[in-house]
Amino acid sequence: MLSPSEGRVEWQGADIHSLGEEYFTQLTYFGHRPGIKDELTTVENLRVAAGLSGVALTRQKADEALAKVGLAGRESLAARLLSEGQRRRISIARLAICSSRLWLLDEVLTALDKTAVAFVRSLIEEHLADGGMAIVATHQDIELSRGVTHRLELTT
Amino acid sequence: MLRWLVWRDLILAWRRRADALSTLFFFVIVVSLFPLGIGPETELLRSIAPGVVWVAALLASMLSLGRLFANDHQDGTLEQLLLTPQPLYLVVFGKVSAQWLTSELPLVCIAPLLGVQFGLSNDTLKTLVISLVLGTPVLSFIGSIGAALTLGLKSSSVLISILVLPLYVPVLIFGAGAVEASIMGLSPSSHIYLLSSLTVLSLIFAPWATAAALRISIE
Repeated sequence: MLSPSEGRVEWQGADIHSLGEEYFTQLTYFGHRPGIKDELTTVENLRVAAGLSGVALTRQKADEALAKVGLAGRESLAARLLSEGQRRRISIARLAICSSRLWLLDEVLTALDKTAVAFVRSLIEEHLADGGMAIVATHQDIELSRGVTHRLELTT
Repeated sequence: MLRWLVWRDLILAWRRRADALSTLFFFVIVVSLFPLGIGPETELLRSIAPGVVWVAALLASMLSLGRLFANDHQDGTLEQLLLTPQPLYLVVFGKVSAQWLTSELPLVCIAPLLGVQFGLSNDTLKTLVISLVLGTPVLSFIGSIGAALTLGLKSSSVLISILVLPLYVPVLIFGAGAVEASIMGLSPSSHIYLLSSLTVLSLIFAPWATAAALRISIE
């Protein structure tokens, strides 16, 4: 969805290469590497990520988003002290605060416990209900109750 | 948006300050070894000082360049940076500026102190600082192209040196030339003007080349 090796990707009828950065404003990518800086604290990680994607995030809003994903009380902890699952939750908090329409989620459920999985599911459902789109690559089952889902099974 | 990037990189550099300090110490030690090895021959020391300080600055900048994109690449933040809704040119510009502030600016600040070891006069020290202020951004910006091209490769630090050091030659010639001219009592302005033109050119064109190189390396 970023630079296809074959064919072309279109966003609202225009080739993404001609759209350039405009396309990126509509897109949030959740990769298998979490994109978390070990030296920054939890809240710094979230605020920097938001700031870089053009969303101004106050300290208070950042704390709220972190509380939603279950990181309340760990705002000022350096990310390197968190467990893998907690680090993934910072990235999930990033999804919760972004305003883009297309989500690209690569193995979003890895290293998450049941409550976090449920939270991610409700987050995606909310996003779909708001008219957003999500492309989810996953090995685990994720049942969405809202929105139109297309399932593409890839076998080798 | 850019300020978030620079702010982030400055904070990261502060929390990982051993990295920046090791570059600085490397510079100090390399420059200080020459007076110790050659002995107290003021004339000789004075004539080699420009070259020694400048070559040491080139080598020291090699140390920090390897880290420029590698850390971000490892933890996946570079991928996120490439997908931010601002031109990659600006992202590169911000990152390289932060690298200059944290790794090169300390060298510029300590250089006059090192120049004293070589018996340089006040005027010459001033020229040395001016030449470094103008020249070190070129090192950062041209070096960033090499750092982006060798991203994710094994033994990338050696490769960066091979790629980038030859490109540093003009900076070395004009930078050391300016100081040399000042030692001989001539006006260094012609060297300084040429050096400034290199600075302007690298500031404009290098981020663009680095951005292209990053796209290739990430794919």
